[in-house]
Amino acid sequence: MAAPSDILVVAEAADGALASHNYEVLGLARRLADGGGGAVAAVLFGEDANGLAPDLIAHGADSVHVADGGAFATYQAEAWLPDLAAIAKETSPVAILMGHTAMGADLSPRLAFRLETAVATGCVEAEISGGRLLLTRPCYGGNGREVTSFRTTPAIATVKVKSQEPATPDGGRRGDVVAVASVLDPGDIRVRIVGREAGTTGSTDLEQARVIVAGGRGLKSRDGFALAHELAEVLGGAVGASRLPCDFGWCPPSYQIGLSGRIVSPDLYLALGISGAPQHIAGCASARAIVSVNTDRAATIFGHSRFGVIGDCQEVVPALIAEIRKIKG
Amino acid sequence: MRVIVCVKQIPDPEIASSLFKVDEAARKVIPVPGLPMVISPFDEQAVEAALRIKDKADADAVTITILTLGPESALTILKGALSMGADEGVHLCDAALEGADSYATAVALTHAIRKIGDHDLILTGRQAADWDAGVVGCGIAELLDIPAVTLAKDVQVDGPVVRVERVAGDGVEVVKAPLPAVVTVAHELGQPRKASLRETMRTAQKPVAVWSAADLGLAAGQVGEAGSRRTRERLYAPVSDIFCEFIEGETPQQQAAALAHRLHEDGLV
Ligand SMILES: Cc1cc2nc3c(=O)[nH]c(=O)nc-3n(C[C@H](O)[C@H](O)[C@H](O)COP(=O)(O)OP(=O)(O)OC[C@H]3O[C@@H](n4cnc5c(N)ncnc54)[C@H](O)[C@@H]3O)c2cc1C
Ligand SMILES: Nc1ncnc2c1ncn2[C@@H]1O[C@H](COP(=O)(O)O)[C@@H](O)[C@H]1O
Repeated sequence: MAAPSDILVVAEAADGALASHNYEVLGLARRLADGGGGAVAAVLFGEDANGLAPDLIAHGADSVHVADGGAFATYQAEAWLPDLAAIAKETSPVAILMGHTAMGADLSPRLAFRLETAVATGCVEAEISGGRLLLTRPCYGGNGREVTSFRTTPAIATVKVKSQEPATPDGGRRGDVVAVASVLDPGDIRVRIVGREAGTTGSTDLEQARVIVAGGRGLKSRDGFALAHELAEVLGGAVGASRLPCDFGWCPPSYQIGLSGRIVSPDLYLALGISGAPQHIAGCASARAIVSVNTDRAATIFGHSRFGVIGDCQEVVPALIAEIRKIKG
Repeated sequence: MRVIVCVKQIPDPEIASSLFKVDEAARKVIPVPGLPMVISPFDEQAVEAALRIKDKADADAVTITILTLGPESALTILKGALSMGADEGVHLCDAALEGADSYATAVALTHAIRKIGDHDLILTGRQAADWDAGVVGCGIAELLDIPAVTLAKDVQVDGPVVRVERVAGDGVEVVKAPLPAVVTVAHELGQPRKASLRETMRTAQKPVAVWSAADLGLAAGQVGEAGSRRTRERLYAPVSDIFCEFIEGETPQQQAAALAHRLHEDGLV
């Protein structure tokens, strides 16, 4: 019998490993389930994916449904949905959680409509209160927060990356691994992936970076933006950007951090000439420390920063590069 | 060929955060006096995507229908899309439709799409920049049982197939789907065109249908707040409690030295 706090987690594997957000989603799932004596089940799609099941169990799953097969090698909504919907119906969890990644954002709305229920995307908090699941999510570009409940079950939610404490692994945990007898009819897959161009940016590890130097419109030009690269180099960090430098072609679009870009959480986030629009802050608010350089004392970014320098990047940044070189020796 | 573009009217999403105010009791955003409502930016790019398809084809071979659900004022954005070059509009305007969540919105739009009849391609924004949900496009596809492709940066129609370049992390994924299909449009599509004088002059002649829930064959309980599957329990504006230490100094060099010192002290460098 399903308990009123049973949670189903849709795991996401990439290049044969679990991305770190899976542990955050499992951490949240475990907290919700434990509050009501429920269980956490995970679903994992992939080719030769079985090997990842123990990792999910160690991080809090009580059982793992593994859908193994060539059709699941790369994420595709139409390939995953039939089995996912079937598992959801069979296990009737109170909530289905997944990361708010490219996959989660693409998959969750379809799953919701297929199960005739609703979805809350990009959630940052979840609790079960008086038997009801309440989810909190940013809205209005980050200016607002809404708390939502559901009139239908299961509640489906994507969880904002870096918003949750990850589960601590416990190698001693035991759980069941269930092979999914797939109901997928490959003939039902209508969308075909015909090509892929990998990024050319060399900036793929923004999510992992401990130090990020992010440039904004205040860097003024492509040449000005080079200052961000230079500072990042002396700090051993990665380069990111607000949306405008990407729009202007000073850097590739994949550098964009924010609501419609990437979500990062470095220890140090240096914002150079960035005003601090909520849509930008949405991507970097979980940094340990934001440090900003801006000519405008009233810039919103200072309200999110541990340290602020009121000044012109063209003057402050070269000086900062020199000072950091001194420290680093 | 008919392309239907779903567009939503929202408060300007790029206002200063200090202007953003909510009525917590009513769980609603308080409009900023004097600031006009706008078309949601990704929806405007969806209109642009449709126009690019029309530009490439024989102009008469493509009809672009703009579909919006919203109050009377939403007619403004519908007309705006017509003056960019779209051909006709459908305005779902009925008090019963208001207060809808993504589910009830998708249901109403889907009924309208069915009523419009023949359609090959349905374009939406990746997400509406008010609630930032990103749900309605895929919802329409599921309700119509047709394919959906999200986050398009380029949309081309080739006979019965749509070819989409979609934003995929660091790179681009190219996919093909049979029509009819839903495609949701991302910022990476690029700048939408401005209204043209010629199209603006023609706008008054372009047909705009106004439909109610009853016109769509939907009962009051199926639409708006009543037909929603989520309940908004609370709405608030979060406040940042971070205290910013401003680094002083007479010259940029002094400021830089002081900052480097503080970063070093705090173990950040
Ligand atoms: C739906 C939606 C999604 C969005 N998604 C994103 C997103 O994912 N990421 C994102 O970043 N934005 C996003 N935006 C855009 C966002 O609202 C802002 O427009 C953008 O972040 C502003 O970029 P900026 O801070 O570089 O530029 P501006 O806001 O123009 O700020 C430039 C700053 O530089 C300062 N400055 C000027 N000259 C100097 C100088 N010489 N030295 C130092 N400082 C100087 C100015 O005082 C100003 O504060 C989105 C918007 C919408 C509507
Ligand atoms: N009221 C509406 N009228 C027309 N289209 C809408 C409406 N609400 C949402 N959409 C479309 O669905 C997309 C996604 O919206 P959402 O799921 O609310 O983020 C938007 O970008 C629009 O293209």
